[in-house]
Amino acid sequence: MREHGELTRSKLPISGQIVMFFIRHIQQGMASIGELWRNPVSSLMTMAVLGVSLSLPAALQVLVKNADTITQSWSDAAEISLFIEEGRNEQAVQSLVSRIKGYSEVAEVHYINKDEALAEFQQLSGFGEALSYLETNPLPAVVTVIPTDKYSSPDGAKMLLSKLEKEQDVNHGRLNIEWLERLQALIRLLERTVFAIAALLVLAVVLIIGNTIRLAIMNRRSEIEVMKLVGATEAFIQRPFLYTGIWYGIIGGILAWIIINLLVWYLDGAIADLLGLYDSSLEMASLSFTELLQLVFLASFLGWFGSYLSVRQHLRAIEPS
Amino acid sequence: MIRFEQVSKIYTGGQKALADVNFHLRRGEMAFLTGHSGAGKSTLLKLITVIERASAGKVYINGHDIANISRRHVPYLRREIGMIFQNHHLLMDRSVFDNVALPLVIEGFSHGEVKKRVAAALDMVGLYGKERHNPIMLSGGEQQRVGIARAIVNKPALLLADEPTGNLDPKLSMDILRLFETFNDAGTSVLIATHDLGLIARMKYRTLTLRQGRMLGAREIGEPLRRGE
Repeated sequence: MREHGELTRSKLPISGQIVMFFIRHIQQGMASIGELWRNPVSSLMTMAVLGVSLSLPAALQVLVKNADTITQSWSDAAEISLFIEEGRNEQAVQSLVSRIKGYSEVAEVHYINKDEALAEFQQLSGFGEALSYLETNPLPAVVTVIPTDKYSSPDGAKMLLSKLEKEQDVNHGRLNIEWLERLQALIRLLERTVFAIAALLVLAVVLIIGNTIRLAIMNRRSEIEVMKLVGATEAFIQRPFLYTGIWYGIIGGILAWIIINLLVWYLDGAIADLLGLYDSSLEMASLSFTELLQLVFLASFLGWFGSYLSVRQHLRAIEPS
Repeated sequence: MIRFEQVSKIYTGGQKALADVNFHLRRGEMAFLTGHSGAGKSTLLKLITVIERASAGKVYINGHDIANISRRHVPYLRREIGMIFQNHHLLMDRSVFDNVALPLVIEGFSHGEVKKRVAAALDMVGLYGKERHNPIMLSGGEQQRVGIARAIVNKPALLLADEPTGNLDPKLSMDILRLFETFNDAGTSVLIATHDLGLIARMKYRTLTLRQGRMLGAREIGEPLRRGE
């Protein structure tokens, strides 16, 4: 329609319009920081709430990440113990060992004969005295098998175990991996929990920002009416509010990152002690720089989205009268 | 500039505000709009500024059929109209400069251009040098002039004033009207809604009178006024 074309035409040349578009964006973005700075207490409170809300899912993410590295390092430790039938002679056992060494799934094989097994048990269990009263050695000979990397996962190691159990002279085998399976199941559960909690907290962040922006809109009601009367488009009026939401998100995200680093720093000593007990010397990982960027980007998106929802709903309702 | 053709407005709830209104304000014309409170003055101004839309009939502003203007395009139409209000509608926490500059900032003028135009507009209304003041520090008459400066800063084709002299004494009122005359001399169409009949009587402009939502025969220069209108 001709009339519409006439109406939308700005009084500026097109190049000027494009330049001014960016200048306005920068100005309005900066102005919205100024607006936050004018009420530092309430702005900081909102940002702190956002920071705490975001830090929880991010902290759980750190936890999952660290748990993953730990279980990965432990799954390499999968070891199969094969208990030899009672009364087999040395020769038979040696031929078994060399047969197992031929398996492509096997990385290492160690043979511990009855005497060695007893000596080890005496040394480790602390029952040395008691054992010396026994007339015969009750311990069976053991062949320990360490699978290759490919077969050290719980499933792979299990397959190898059932195969080894079919060997002659093997009474039964034992795969000490159940706890690992449980741990992995636990971590899967943890991951899901993290996801669910993260989703809820993300929702909370959107609602908090939406509500904060709603209050900001209500506070500036008369200003918005005046702007509408002198011909401001909705895009122009809503822009400062969207920028405010983005700033809330960015600063909230950075606060969350700081909180997590403090948390990791606080927990690091305790975790190192715990891992030390498991003969593991893993450093607790914090959020990397990329993850910081992701966190801040996500937070600023949530800020924009929360304020967009609010602006959509409340800005329209304000009409000059 | 403004043309109403058989315009009616019924608010939701059944209140009939305007009935079958016809009038035409020509380009470059200055006119008064009078009537009791409740006669439909405010509704008529709201129809011109597209705050409300007509229930029936056609409204043309500056050649645009209002019915064809979508919600999205309303702001662009409002930029062609300078509006002045009885209660000024100024932003009290901003300086005079910021208030007057608002339409230019919205339009997207550069800072230098904004400064130049604001200075010119303030000069025209006799407030040159008060850019840095806050409206709250100014007198009622000065605040009204800030509102006028904001209305004319974008050089609109049409000036609408809603009770611009409502809170002012007769001398200040006359000053404000003289100001409108100078804009009118420069080619701007002006429509002033007022119930200050004494003021109208002293000026030689067409008067449009609303009574209970109907437009009475447009009164030409020199016609006697009936009491109570």
